[in-house]
Amino acid sequence: MTLRLQARGLACERDDRWLFEDLDLDIRAGEIVRVEGPNGSGKTTLLKILSGQLADYQGELFWNDRPMRRVRQAFLESLLYLGHAPGVKAALTPLENLAWYQALAGRRGSEDARLAALEAVGLAGFEDVPAAQLSAGQQRRVALARLELTPRPLWVLDEPFTAIDRDGVAALEARLVAHARAGGCVLVTTHHELGASTLLRRIRLGGRHAA
Amino acid sequence: MWSFIHKLGSPRWFYAISARLMPWFWVAAALLIAVGSVWGLAFAPADYQQGNSFRIIYVHVPAAFLAQSVFVGMAVAGLVFMVWKIKVADMAAAMMAPLGAAMTFIALFSGAVWGVPTWGTWWMWDARLTSMLILLFLYLGVIALRGAFASRDSGSRAASVLAMVGVINIPIIKYSVDWWYTLHQPASFSVTSRPTMPLEMWAPLLIMVLGFYCFFIAVTLMRTRSEILRRESNKRWVRDLAVEGR
Amino acid sequence: MPHEARGLQARQDASRTGEPGGGLAVAFWATLKRDLVLLLRRRSEVLNPLVFFALVITLFPIGISPDPELLATIAPGLLWVAALLAALLSLDSLFRGDYDDGSLEQLLLTPQPLPLLVLAKVAVHWLLTGLPLALMAPVLGILLSLPVGSYGVLALSLALGSASLSLVGAIGAALTVGLSRGGVLLSLLVLPLYIPVLIFGAGAVQAAILGDGASAHLAILGALLALALMLAPWAIAAALRISING
Repeated sequence: MTLRLQARGLACERDDRWLFEDLDLDIRAGEIVRVEGPNGSGKTTLLKILSGQLADYQGELFWNDRPMRRVRQAFLESLLYLGHAPGVKAALTPLENLAWYQALAGRRGSEDARLAALEAVGLAGFEDVPAAQLSAGQQRRVALARLELTPRPLWVLDEPFTAIDRDGVAALEARLVAHARAGGCVLVTTHHELGASTLLRRIRLGGRHAA
Repeated sequence: MWSFIHKLGSPRWFYAISARLMPWFWVAAALLIAVGSVWGLAFAPADYQQGNSFRIIYVHVPAAFLAQSVFVGMAVAGLVFMVWKIKVADMAAAMMAPLGAAMTFIALFSGAVWGVPTWGTWWMWDARLTSMLILLFLYLGVIALRGAFASRDSGSRAASVLAMVGVINIPIIKYSVDWWYTLHQPASFSVTSRPTMPLEMWAPLLIMVLGFYCFFIAVTLMRTRSEILRRESNKRWVRDLAVEGR
Repeated sequence: MPHEARGLQARQDASRTGEPGGGLAVAFWATLKRDLVLLLRRRSEVLNPLVFFALVITLFPIGISPDPELLATIAPGLLWVAALLAALLSLDSLFRGDYDDGSLEQLLLTPQPLPLLVLAKVAVHWLLTGLPLALMAPVLGILLSLPVGSYGVLALSLALGSASLSLVGAIGAALTVGLSRGGVLLSLLVLPLYIPVLIFGAGAVQAAILGDGASAHLAILGALLALALMLAPWAIAAALRISING
């Protein structure tokens, strides 16, 4: 299977203001695409459109060369989206949080897999602590554990480095590269400077539109 | 087909076509309301039971009709907006809501005024009046929800969904209130459900109802036009209009 | 395609076929369980509406009169109105927590049908608000000298009716979840829609007291619930999709 997310003539108008216009994108397997632009240039909105959350756009989206509206279900089954908020319930433990996310993907999953995923993001020993007692960075790591747990080819990550310490940032960056190398695809916004890599491509919003 | 619908929904096209339609509705509204009022207030025979006070029917009934139809119109416009993303439909819905609320209020107020000679009190929990009061709350809810969103687009969508939910509920509310009324009130004199009305009484009523509808359409067209100008003020065609001074 | 990519794909396929056809059921039950656990860990949120219910019922004899006969005549309505307000009280938090911490976004992005997942959340709201209120109502009925023989109908009508209230109320909660001060607006949107349920719910108790038999009322409450079950989940899902983009 190829992996291809395309946008043709994408434009988004919110309340009479054009966030971006006439944007053409072609994102394929093995790429890390970083969406750049100043605050308010529509980075988050673009990610929301490209992750199928916002239907209020002009232009066309294609997933694997088929119109997005027709293959939405298949698209969602290939997508893992992490937004601004980590989506971690404070009253639940990291294990319970992950169990729910696995169930949302339609799978019961195993406790071992969840423990392994938490260990991979450096949360060994915190599995049964209510997430409310974890720091912001640790909560973000719980969300990132889903990258390990739910194998999805397309990752759409909105500011995934927020609140994460330096070691964590390096590990996450390595994880993104590994994912792209393995034939996955990463779409990311971040204020953090990503290390130069042949896989990395940039899309600039605000003013000039390049793709 | 699709291009036709979208052309119909383009603000510019709507602005042009409504300019031609609007005067006809204004003339029709003025004529019908004038004829209906004079006929109804001066020439229609007095009611054998209520005397002349029944003539308030010529305001009350058209307002009540309109109050309900406008809500349906608003929901249909909301559906069109949600399904086909036609912005003019949303602008029309936004403009209809306060008008519908005003009509509901007029219906309630005229009902209350009518109540004084008929029941000897300003308010009775009459089935019709109660439904009308609930309808007023539904209108206020739609208006408040639209205004509560920081983003106008989201407010439009939310108001559309609420209008559709409301329109499904209106018949349910109406029937349940009717049931409630018959359970609690012994069949007393109900002002609006009249058995038979002679032709010379209901003909002017019909004219008034038509006049109110024409008035509503004319006002909605006018208000939608100004809303188009307001929302599209940064579009070139609107700027050109301003330059031409038309 | 690189070798690893095929590995990734194979892993994904294996995981998809791992739970043949049961994906939706897994997601539904997990959501139900998660919300139950969440609410049971913050028990005060479950208890507050019940305490509120008891408190409001205490206010009426103090505000009106301790006369048992008078209280008995108005008890069905009082109990129903107070229970309805208590259910409304907890409605605002139905989606609020998920909205604030971002899990609502994730819920909207699952490949599972959203209306059904939303139904799981509404079911939890009913289980921990509507049902306890229904079970508690007979006790408060004693305080209002509710006539014997209507206690069962009171609990049953509340259990049936509050399920409709949860469903309809969730539409309002979904529409207002993106607004920072949506609480008051929520009541404005939802209360008019509650009226049919109130009429037939209180009517059922009234009928039981009069010895008319409440089955007709209960049947209508059941019909309203069926209608709400069919339509409300779609409206809730649509409303959530609007709210998430505030």
